[in-house]
Amino acid sequence: MPKNKIVIKNLNAWFGDKLAVKNISMIIEENKVTAIIGPSGCGKSTFIRCLNRMHETVPNAAARGDVLLDGENIYDDKADPVQIRRAVGMVFQKATPFPTMSIYDNVAAGIRLNGRRDKDFLDEIVEKSLKQAALWEETKDCLDKPGISLSGGQQQRLCIARALAVSPAVLLLDEPCSALDPISTGKIEELIHELKKDLTIVIVTHNMQQAARVADFTGFFLLGDLIEFDVTSKIFTAPVDKRTEDYVTGRFG
Amino acid sequence: MENGESKSYSIRKIKDKVFLGAMLTCAVLAVIPLLSLLTYVFWRGFSSLTFNFFIHLPTPVGEPGGGMANAIGGTFMIVGLAALISLPIGLMGGLWLAEWGKGKRGFIIRYAVDVMSGFPTIVFGIFAYVLLVLTMKRFSALAGGFALALVMLPYITKTTEEMVKLVPRTLKESALALGIPEWKVTVFVVLRTAWSGIFTGIMLAVARAAGETAPLLFTAFTNSYWNFRPDQPTASMTVQIFNYAISPFEEWNRMAWGGSLVLVIIILSVTLLVRKFSKRVYYA
Repeated sequence: MPKNKIVIKNLNAWFGDKLAVKNISMIIEENKVTAIIGPSGCGKSTFIRCLNRMHETVPNAAARGDVLLDGENIYDDKADPVQIRRAVGMVFQKATPFPTMSIYDNVAAGIRLNGRRDKDFLDEIVEKSLKQAALWEETKDCLDKPGISLSGGQQQRLCIARALAVSPAVLLLDEPCSALDPISTGKIEELIHELKKDLTIVIVTHNMQQAARVADFTGFFLLGDLIEFDVTSKIFTAPVDKRTEDYVTGRFG
Repeated sequence: MENGESKSYSIRKIKDKVFLGAMLTCAVLAVIPLLSLLTYVFWRGFSSLTFNFFIHLPTPVGEPGGGMANAIGGTFMIVGLAALISLPIGLMGGLWLAEWGKGKRGFIIRYAVDVMSGFPTIVFGIFAYVLLVLTMKRFSALAGGFALALVMLPYITKTTEEMVKLVPRTLKESALALGIPEWKVTVFVVLRTAWSGIFTGIMLAVARAAGETAPLLFTAFTNSYWNFRPDQPTASMTVQIFNYAISPFEEWNRMAWGGSLVLVIIILSVTLLVRKFSKRVYYA
């Protein structure tokens, strides 16, 4: 019996008075990969940014609705966005290592800035996170080199390691491979397969093959609406909605 | 037809050469004042720089072996006080402008900072005179430091704002997404990333303040002796140079050149060191 990790009910999100995400309801299962696909500007990034309350950090942005994480509503008045972001991590389109920090410090940043500083604990977490992000072998001898000295694909895996270090239960990936070459992309996709054993993953992607390769479930967004949401194979082989079919067969978008 | 075309082409080439030459000439003209000034200050000042100059107090006319030790120390003290006052305000203000200053309040403050950076510095001196010298009933290093703080403040605020704005928003978001409280993100990620640029701005503001005379004339005033108390009149290099330069005594005039040379060297080295050591941060 699969467990529902995140239950989304009637979620709306605005930029100023523009409604970008329209009344979305959907369920994200635990230890599964859920992909969000759709053309540019369809609200898919905005949607996942609502799942850890990042959306509201943009000036004039607002979100309303219910997002239940393990049954607790993250949009409850008493919910603390800082705590939520610790449980729901995020990796962005562009790799963003902290430019002043070494590889080690980048991975340790989340824990250090939350107050834990004992060396043994940090060493352990850094090693574990880098291994989880499949970056340990390449970096174990140069942990004190700047994070930005790594290649683009390695930087993105560093960002994944950094997000994993605070041990989130859910990882949101916002087009994590759109700036990477096919080899780096392949590595990240392999990584996603490994990671879903330990956590729940939601990935936004432009690349439909990628969704087909990594995701258990896929949702198709268009102009802020969730058009169709189903098991990935169903979306790609037997979509119910005409618009989904047009999109996945490349007739538009 | 062909002939006409090649003719217009050669005219174009000549025009190109002429303009290029004119621009090069102007560029050279622009650095001539700096070079000639440096040469002249070195030439006039070098002879009066002795060891005594750096360790002795000024002497009355006719008595040899005087120095500007107290003025050198005084400049450091006054500029130090100015930094102490202007740094916290400028850094916090700049940070606020960059992160939260998008609205009307931000616009007004930013405008005020711009106006302030173009203000005649003697006005800051008058302000400090009225506010501190008249109320304390004496000239003091503190009043001088306050006046110089007003000179430095807009520079520090402006550079902080600009450097913080250069930090990409995605970097801040990445930190927020790790569940780090916003104030920590601002200080330990955003400010730290912008720091090398901000530091450059601070040092340039310090160099600029150290070279100011007008705001010190009637605030810190001057002093013929060592003074380490912030509430007492204090000598500074610039005011001392001014006094020596307008005096009718030739040896005092020589001291003024020596002082100018030392001041120029201090300011030049601050500027050059900052250039050399301010690392550029590359955003991936």
